[in-house]
Amino acid sequence: MKHKIGVYICHCGGNISDYVDVKRVAEEMAKIEGVEISVDTIFACADSSQKQIANDIKEKGIDGIVVASCSPKLHYPTFSSVAEHAGLNKYNYVHANIREQCSWAHSDNKPKATEKAIQIVKAAIARVKESEALETIEVDSQKIIAVIGAGVAGMRAADELADLGIKVYLIEREFFVGGRIAQLDYLCSTTETGKELVTRLYEKIMDNPNITLFTGAEVIEKKGSIGNFNLKVKITPRYIKNKCKKDELLKAIEVCPVEVLDEFNFGITKRKAIYKNFPSEYPQIPTIDSKNCTRCGECEKVCSSIDFSQKEEVLDLSVGSILVATGFDPYTPKENEFGWGIDNVVTLPQFRRIINMCDDKLVYNGKKIKHIAYIYCVGSRQVDGENKYCSRYCCTATLYTSILTKNKYKDVQSYHFTRGIRTYGKQEIVYDKSSRQGDIFLQSYEDEPPMIEQKKGKTIVKINDILTNKMELEVEADLVVLVTGIEPRKDTNISEVLKIPKGRDKFYNEIHMKLRPVETVIDGVTIAGACQGPKNIMESMNSALSAAAKSYSIVNKGKLNLPPIIAVVNKETCTWCNKCLDACPYDAISKISENGKDIAFVNESVCKGCGMCLPVCESDSLELLGYTNHEIENMIKALVD
Amino acid sequence: MTVVNQNLPKILVFSTEKISDPAIDMAGLLKLHYPPKVYTIVVPCSSAIKPKWILKAFEDGFDGVFIAADGTDCPYGESCVEKTSALVQNTQDKMKTKGIEPAKLRMAAICSVCSEAFVKQMKTFTEYLVNQQ
Ligand SMILES: Cc1cc2nc3c(=O)[nH]c(=O)nc-3n(C[C@H](O)[C@H](O)[C@H](O)COP(=O)(O)OP(=O)(O)OC[C@H]3O[C@@H](n4cnc5c(N)ncnc54)[C@H](O)[C@@H]3O)c2cc1C
Repeated sequence: MKHKIGVYICHCGGNISDYVDVKRVAEEMAKIEGVEISVDTIFACADSSQKQIANDIKEKGIDGIVVASCSPKLHYPTFSSVAEHAGLNKYNYVHANIREQCSWAHSDNKPKATEKAIQIVKAAIARVKESEALETIEVDSQKIIAVIGAGVAGMRAADELADLGIKVYLIEREFFVGGRIAQLDYLCSTTETGKELVTRLYEKIMDNPNITLFTGAEVIEKKGSIGNFNLKVKITPRYIKNKCKKDELLKAIEVCPVEVLDEFNFGITKRKAIYKNFPSEYPQIPTIDSKNCTRCGECEKVCSSIDFSQKEEVLDLSVGSILVATGFDPYTPKENEFGWGIDNVVTLPQFRRIINMCDDKLVYNGKKIKHIAYIYCVGSRQVDGENKYCSRYCCTATLYTSILTKNKYKDVQSYHFTRGIRTYGKQEIVYDKSSRQGDIFLQSYEDEPPMIEQKKGKTIVKINDILTNKMELEVEADLVVLVTGIEPRKDTNISEVLKIPKGRDKFYNEIHMKLRPVETVIDGVTIAGACQGPKNIMESMNSALSAAAKSYSIVNKGKLNLPPIIAVVNKETCTWCNKCLDACPYDAISKISENGKDIAFVNESVCKGCGMCLPVCESDSLELLGYTNHEIENMIKALVD
Repeated sequence: MTVVNQNLPKILVFSTEKISDPAIDMAGLLKLHYPPKVYTIVVPCSSAIKPKWILKAFEDGFDGVFIAADGTDCPYGESCVEKTSALVQNTQDKMKTKGIEPAKLRMAAICSVCSEAFVKQMKTFTEYLVNQQ
C-alpha cells in the first residue's frame, strides 16, 4: 500500500484547463488520505515539470505517482522513465487520461467535465495505492521488417534498413515500383527526373541481399503483436516467365487486342492488357492485367514467355515491425467542378503526362496550346467539400510545371488563378522564377472562386481579382489545368487489415504530431511518406528515414522488453479444473503437481498477458499483474464514490 | 436526447488498450461529445474481464456496464469474440439471480477507429438507462 503519493494535474496549455477546473481537481485530490503532494502544472511533459516530479520522488520520498494529462498513448513512456530515473519502479506510476476522455470529449459541458476529471483521478489514486513494483520481461523479436509500398518513401526506408543489417520484405501492390514519382519527369528542386530517382533506388534495392521485393503483392491478414507479427501476403502472378525474351514480349504487346484506359497516364491514353508503363520501368518485365485480359491467346502465339499456368499464392511472413508507406492519390474533381468534363480541362498530373508525351510542340486533342490557365486549390482547402487541408505540394509543383513548359515550348503564356501562393522555404525561388518569365498571377477568396465557361467554342476563365482590387478579369484559355490536391490512396484494404487510426483528413494518424510523428497507436507499426499527409519528396524522405529508425529500434536487438503483465496463479486456492488451459491461446498454462496437489502453472515467457484465463476460473485463482482484483475493484469504487 | 444532467446514469466502460481505447481517445480528439458520466477502465483484452468486477460495479452504484470489445481485431486472436460473449452470458446469468436487469450489461465490438460507433452506443445506452430509472 502506497501512502506518500504525488499527484500532478496538467493544464496541457489550455487543452485541459479550458474545460476542466484543474486547480479544483488538485485541491480535491490533496484531501485524499495517502496523497502527499497534489499540484497543477501548465505542461506536465515540460522539462521543468519532469524535474519537479523527479525531485519530489527523491527528496520527499514519494512512493507512487499519478499524472493526469493526455492519453497514455502519448506520454506513458515519458513519465515511466521519469519515475525510473528518480528511482521509483515505473509500475508505481499510474496515468489518468483527462484530455481525450474528459476535457475534449466533454468540451460542451465544463462543470461535468470537472466532476468527471475528479472521479478519474481519484480512481488512478486508488489504483496506485495498490500498485506493486514489477520488472519488465524480455522476449525475442524477429529481426525482419515489412515495408508496405515501394514508392520513394518505402524504397528509401527499405534501403536504409537493409544497410543497417535488417532483413526487409518490401511489399508493393502494383507490378512496378516507384509510386507517383515514376509518373513525373522533372522534379523540383533538382534537375534529376522521377525516373532517374526510381532507377537509383531500384538498383540499390536489387543489389542488397537483405531486401526481398514482392510486386503484385497485398497484405491480407495481420496477426500477432510488436516483435512478432504474422502477415499473410497475397501475390498475384505476372503470367510472364522470369527469364523472358524481350523482343517476343514487344510483339505480344503489339498483338494484344484489348485496350483499356491507361491509369499510369491518368486516363489520357490507352494501354493493352499486357503492358509496361514506360520502356525503362522496373522490374523490367511486363505484366498481364488479369482483370482485363480475355485469354484470347493471341500473345501466346507470338511469345514463349507467356505463362498462364502461374497461380496466385499466399505467403506467410513473420516480422518484428511494419512500416507503412502507401502514398496518395491525386484528387479527382467532381463533375462540372471548375469545368471538369469540358474536353480542354485537365488535371495537373494529367498535364505532366501530356508534357512528357509532347516533344517540340504542345498539342492536346489536336489543338496547339498557347494560353494555359491554372486553377489552384482544386480538392484542397475546400469550403464545402471535406478536404479542408492544404495539399502543400501543389503551388510549387504548378509553378515548376509552368517553368518547364516555358523552357520546353517557348511561346506559352501561363495564368495562375490562385488563392494565395504557398511556396514555403527554398521553393520561393520557383515562384520568383515563374514571375520573372512573365507568368500572370490572379487571386480570389475562397467564397468567390474563378468560373470556367464555354462561349462559342472558347473556354473562358473569369475572376474577381483581389490583386487588382476586385476587377472582373477574364482569360481565354486553350487549356485549363486544375491543380488537384492529394488524398489518401483509395481502394486499399490495408487500413482495414492493420487498423491504423485515421485523422480528420482521412490520412493515417501519428501518435503525436510533434513528439512521436512516425509511430501509430498500433505498437510496432510506423508510417512514412504521403500516406500520413501531403508531403513533397524531401519531406517524404525525412519521415521515411525516421520511421526506419523507429522500426529499427524495435527489432535491432532481437529482444524486446515488454511489460511484465502476466497471469499469476494463487496456489492456495487453485484446484486445477482445466478451464484456464483451454482458454489460453498461447499454451502458456500447464498442470503441475505441488505438495501433492494439481495446480495450474503459467510459463512467463510464453504468457502474453491477454487475461483470457481470468474470467473462466471459477475459484478466482488467477490474477493479471497490473490488473489485480484489488486494483480494479478499488478503481470501480473510486469512480462512483 | 433530452436528459437532465443531474439524473444521468453512471456507465462503466471496460475498454481495451490496443483496440477500443484508441477509438474512445479519438472520439475526444474529434470532439464527438457523449454523456459525461461515462467512465473507462482499460484492460488488455475484453475477454479478461471478470464477472465479479462487473457485479461489483453494480453493487457500488453504477447503473450500466458497457464492454467495448475487441471483436475480431483482438491482437490476441479471434477466440476473443467467443470468449467475451461467454463471459457476458455468464455475468448476465449471475445478474439475474441477483435481481439485476441483464440488459444493464451491454457489449459491442468497438474497433480502433470506431469512434462514432462508440459515441452512438453511449448515447443509446444512456437513453435506455434513463428510461429504466
Ligand atoms: C503532379 C505532382 C507533381 C509533383 N512534383 C513534385 C516535385 O517536383 N518535387 C517533389 O519533391 N515532390 C513532388 N510531388 C510529390 C511527390 O509525388 C510525393 O512526395 C511522393 O510521391 C511521395 O512518395 P510516397 O512513397 O510517400 O508515395 P507514393 O509515390 O504514392 O508511393 C506509394 C506506393 O505504395 C504502393 N501502395 C499503395 N497501397 C498499397 C498497398 N495496400 N499495398 C502495397 N503497396 C501499396 C503504391 O502502389 C505506390 O507504389 C508531386 C506530386 C504530384 C501529384
